[in-house]
Amino acid sequence: MTVNKSLLIPLVVFALLVFVLSLGFRLEDPHFLPSELINKPFPEFQLRDLHDPERLITQNDLKGEVSLANVWATWCPNCMVEHPELMRISRDEDISLYGINYNDESVKAIAWLRRYENPFLFNIVDDKGTLAIDLGVYGAPETFVIDTDGVIQYRHVGALTREIWDSEIFPVVALLRAEQKKANTGHEITGRSKTGSEK
Amino acid sequence: MIVELGHFSLILSLGLAFCLSVLPALGVYRHQNQLMALGGSLSAGLFVFVLLSFFCLANAFVTDDFSVNYVARNSNSDLPIQYKISAIWGAHEGSFLLWTLIMAGWTLAVSILSGSLTLDMRARVLSVLGGLSLGFILFILLTSNPFDRSLPLFPSEGSDLNPLLQDFGLIVHPPMLYMGYVGFAVPFAFAIATLTSGRLDSAWARWSRPWTNAAWAFLTLGITLGSWWAYYELGWGGWWFWDAVENASFMPWLVGTALVHSLAATEKRGVFKSWTVLLAIFAFSFSLLGAFIVRSGVLTSVHAFAVDPERGMFILIFLVLVIGGSLCLYAFKATGIRSEAGFDWTSRETFVLANNMLLLVATGAVLLGTIYPLIYETMTSGKKISVGPPYFNTIFVPIVMVLFAFMAAGPSTRWKKTPVSRLVKSLVPTFLVSLTMTTGLVYFFAAQFEFVAVLVVTIAGWIFLGLVKDMFERVNNKTNKLVAIFRQPFSYYGMLLGHLGIAMAITGVCLTIYYSEEKDLRMVPGEMVEVAGYEVTFKAMNKVRGPNYRADQGEFEVMYNGSRIALLHPEKRFYEAARNMMTEADIDPGLFRDIYIALGEPIDNTAWAVRVQYKPFVRWIWFGGLFIALGGFVTLVDRRYRRGKAVNQQEMAGVTV
Repeated sequence: MTVNKSLLIPLVVFALLVFVLSLGFRLEDPHFLPSELINKPFPEFQLRDLHDPERLITQNDLKGEVSLANVWATWCPNCMVEHPELMRISRDEDISLYGINYNDESVKAIAWLRRYENPFLFNIVDDKGTLAIDLGVYGAPETFVIDTDGVIQYRHVGALTREIWDSEIFPVVALLRAEQKKANTGHEITGRSKTGSEK
Repeated sequence: MIVELGHFSLILSLGLAFCLSVLPALGVYRHQNQLMALGGSLSAGLFVFVLLSFFCLANAFVTDDFSVNYVARNSNSDLPIQYKISAIWGAHEGSFLLWTLIMAGWTLAVSILSGSLTLDMRARVLSVLGGLSLGFILFILLTSNPFDRSLPLFPSEGSDLNPLLQDFGLIVHPPMLYMGYVGFAVPFAFAIATLTSGRLDSAWARWSRPWTNAAWAFLTLGITLGSWWAYYELGWGGWWFWDAVENASFMPWLVGTALVHSLAATEKRGVFKSWTVLLAIFAFSFSLLGAFIVRSGVLTSVHAFAVDPERGMFILIFLVLVIGGSLCLYAFKATGIRSEAGFDWTSRETFVLANNMLLLVATGAVLLGTIYPLIYETMTSGKKISVGPPYFNTIFVPIVMVLFAFMAAGPSTRWKKTPVSRLVKSLVPTFLVSLTMTTGLVYFFAAQFEFVAVLVVTIAGWIFLGLVKDMFERVNNKTNKLVAIFRQPFSYYGMLLGHLGIAMAITGVCLTIYYSEEKDLRMVPGEMVEVAGYEVTFKAMNKVRGPNYRADQGEFEVMYNGSRIALLHPEKRFYEAARNMMTEADIDPGLFRDIYIALGEPIDNTAWAVRVQYKPFVRWIWFGGLFIALGGFVTLVDRRYRRGKAVNQQEMAGVTV
């Protein structure tokens, strides 16, 4: 039986399609959204300070201590929900909290902070959302834990609550500080720079 | 007991489907007329038993039988009666039973209305349809049985139907969609029948056309309803999201459109015979692919049905057998008659070919975007990517813009050869008139001048004016022109309505995208906001109760130029049984604009986040869709389908009438 080879093309294409579709069965839960950036340095950026437009902030300003970066906006209802917890953290917990004002209007943001109180040490104006894209932000609010070297160690998507702080965020912060202390004391005792330090 | 009766009835229909797929086919190969003739009664039996099964499930819903798992998961005693019924197709198992019922329905219709077919062809077609039913019923019985019960302990109350689905849109959208999806099985069956019979002539095109047009019209209606439903129900004012599930319905529609046009060419000129067969296989293949995408859990979507690998595997195997089998058959059997009538560059055949090519490329682009996340995740071992409107809009829009340009010219073309001068005389004046009028209208009435909007609406206007001119030329040499307008063949009216519908839809899409205005803000009662010249005042906030929900209802007054246009009442509903919050937007609909108000979250004690939108010409999208569907249905009334059996059989035999 003679077969016109070009008539086999649809069949071949279909076979490829079936192959692709069957791959889907081996993949993990489609609802799981990992963070790309765990253990990677905070993305480079150069954006303005919300309350001081002349000042430019870069990723280096986030180095030097264990800190939190919170992505928020005036249009985000859950940011309103987590605001009391952020206020509590800024007052009662010994940690620096920076804000990333995402896809927002600075005038609105300043007014919002004045009205509801400002838990942030400073706010980065990400009105075009470029930093958020680099961070892989899915929506607001999101909170990142950053270590002394400016490396992202944890990401929480959604509103922060006291429970989440106690069970997820604070343990990470404590661990990072313990490791940092270990590295520092090691430095002091031996009197020389420690090589191959643990993270 | 009735539930078990329904289950048993379905098992009986499985047996009948098996007989339908085997016996008439056996009759064909053994040349035994009695076996071939069994197709009619077997189809009737299949339909009756699937219908009975469906009624039994309906009964379970209406009587609040929560011992049936499916009813308990999708219904509630407080649910209004119309939603208890539509809840039957509110989730996977029941909707697939509806799918199967519709399949049996089309099969029965084909067996009744195929008097003009030869016994041999009729047997082949019904056999294919029976085989498909066999697969669907097996799928239900093995993996997705809506009749599963939990006894002796069962819930005293159901979890309620998802509030998003408690709506008129849900009542009609899925049935219309399935009529379309499943209806493409008919041209598919005709294509397979033609291939197996070895008689690849254009008769199969003549038989398939009304069935294809009907299925395609239903699918158009289903998609239009879905878009309209999403618009008023989801609360964001959007009407198309390039979601995997939407694409699953759009791809068969695109291929179906190509098929509708290709069938016309094959019937009238005997060209593209084997290509049209392939298209018929493709159209139904995309229907099946759509079912797979939606029900297997392989792709994430905000409204995907079932995340279940077992079901997914079954459907995939079914896909391989049906589509793979038919494509194999095509590869080996379509090497038939290559003697196709020649045609010129400027002929209608060329334009149909262009239509097909462009639609297929567009379909391929949509398919790629839809399954790309899957490919990416596999190739990068776990990294996820999402492909959304930016990709689809960038790729899809230019392709269809070219298609629309061809569409403007299409009706002016003639089969085999169109004199270029005629084309130019038809197209250039209409283009210039359209361009002038559009530029003028946009300049005077639009908020700002957008070049792309002018271009797109010009093309839509060009299509429209081309239709007007074509009609004018048709009646020009008649004595009574006005009467002659109403004496054209119905298939011509079908074309007019279909193309007019597209022009309207394009206009609606373009103008709504470019000229919508939206304000998201915090409002307290008494405050007023201005959007596109309309003054919207937040008057008050009230608490209201519904049958199965309680809600915060806002009252908004819309004024324009000092006179009150509308009083709108958007709600934030809380459904008690499902413990679900839902936004119910309120809309002031208009032919040329919608005012759309939705409540966001409450801020403080009295303030609310409110979204007010001005959406110009958005209704044209769905009116356009309705016209397109109407066009498809109108072709069914054409004289040649109403003529007697004797005349049709003469035609089949090759005697021109």
